[in-house]
Formats: sequence, structure tokens, C-alpha cells
Amino acid sequence: MSDLRSPLARARGLGAAGDGVGHWRAQRVSAIALAPLALWFVVSLVARAGADHAEIVAWIARPPVAVGLVLMLGAAFWHLKLGMQAVIEDYVQGGFAREAGLLANAFGCAALAAAAVFAVLKIALGA
Amino acid sequence: MPQAGRPLSPHLSIYRPQLTSVLSILHRLTGVALGAGCLALLWWLAAAAAGPEAFANASAAFGSLPGQALLFAWSWALFYHLCNGVRHLCWDAGWGYGLPAVYRGGWAAAGASVALTLAAWGAGHALACAS
Repeated sequence: MSDLRSPLARARGLGAAGDGVGHWRAQRVSAIALAPLALWFVVSLVARAGADHAEIVAWIARPPVAVGLVLMLGAAFWHLKLGMQAVIEDYVQGGFAREAGLLANAFGCAALAAAAVFAVLKIALGA
Repeated sequence: MPQAGRPLSPHLSIYRPQLTSVLSILHRLTGVALGAGCLALLWWLAAAAAGPEAFANASAAFGSLPGQALLFAWSWALFYHLCNGVRHLCWDAGWGYGLPAVYRGGWAAAGASVALTLAAWGAGHALACAS
């Protein structure tokens, strides 16, 4: 069976979209990271149901908790960016709206992640 | 579309909903809903970082009836997306592709998401009342 791809295209393995399996793989990697982190976060929140500000801040300020939260926020906003990208690519057709949507998604998720991580660090570092 | 006349697969409005298709679109819908949930999480963290007053405002909003309803919906969305995500990872590993396994896994993910949501809220209420 002859291959219609050039030898270079075959060696690159990036397919028609020019991205190969990079997005697919990153979505799985972020999902595997997020599954235990999100579960830990929900269990921790349930265990602190009705807690006041001092209790929540004291919990977030504990070094393992702060590190865990930063990891969870990084994985969550990365996973969100990848998922929303797939949604935009599926439903927004062509041209300016699609490119603007993809850019807004990428920048927005990065900005939200930075803000959330900053909030955790501000509490953890006691500023 | 210029290629009229070629066979087209039936569109959503014609296709009979099945467990497989409903769970599939629910995975995407819960994912988008959890994106909005991430905004709420950011607000909660920023309020905690800003101080007791801002945190009290956020707590009051989350404690209100619409706030609790949203949190309940988000918690189910998270558990469903998590359970069905594990199902997806099993498929990615090449496991569970037979039709009976697909339906078994689907019902398991749906059931587990409801059970985990109820368990989380039951435990949360018990702990909040005890403290």
C-alpha cells in the first residue's frame, strides 16, 4: 500500500492539523493529574463545611495544602483550556470568531490560573 | 454545503437518544459547567486571600439557596466528569470496548456520580451540624 504522505510528513507524524497527538495526550495527562487532586480538594472542602475565614486560611497556609492547591489549579486550568479549545474548534466555524475564541480561551485560562495561584500564595506566604 | 445528494447521517433531532450518546454529551456539558465552577473557585480563593469581610460575603453567597443549588449542581458535574473521565481513560488504555462493557461502564459512571454527590453532601451536612 503506497503512502500519500511525503517522507518528511510521515517522519514528523503531525497529521493534517499539524499538531499530531499533542492535544489528545495533554488532555489525558492533565486528567490523570487532576483526578486525585480534585478528589482530595472536594473531600477537604466537605471536611471543612461551615468553616470560618480563620480556619480556611489556616488550612490553605499549610505548606502541603498550598502546594497541592497550586498543582490542582495548574492542572484544572490547563485541562479547562484544552477542553474549551476542543469545544470552540467543534462549534465555531472559521474566520475571526474562531481565532478570537481560541485566543481568548488560551489567554483567559492562563490569567485565571495565575490569579488563583496568586491567591493561594498570598495566603500561604502570609502577605 | 455543495455536496448535496451524498448520504448524510441522521442529525441529533432525528436520532433516538441512547445511554451512550447522552452520557457523551453530558461529559462535554459538565466540562463546560465546571469551567464556570472554576470561576467560582477563583472567587472563593480571592475572597479568602482578601480578608474576613470579603470571605464572609462569598460564604453568604455560597450559603444562599441559589448558591447551594449551584454548588450541588457543580459537585454532581465534577463527580460525573471524574467518573466518566475514568471511563474514557479505560477506553484509551484499550479496555472495555464491547457494547455490554460500554453500557455497564455508562450505568456505573452515572450511578457512582449520583452516589458520590449524595455522600459528599450528606457528610458535609453531618460535619457542619456536629461542629
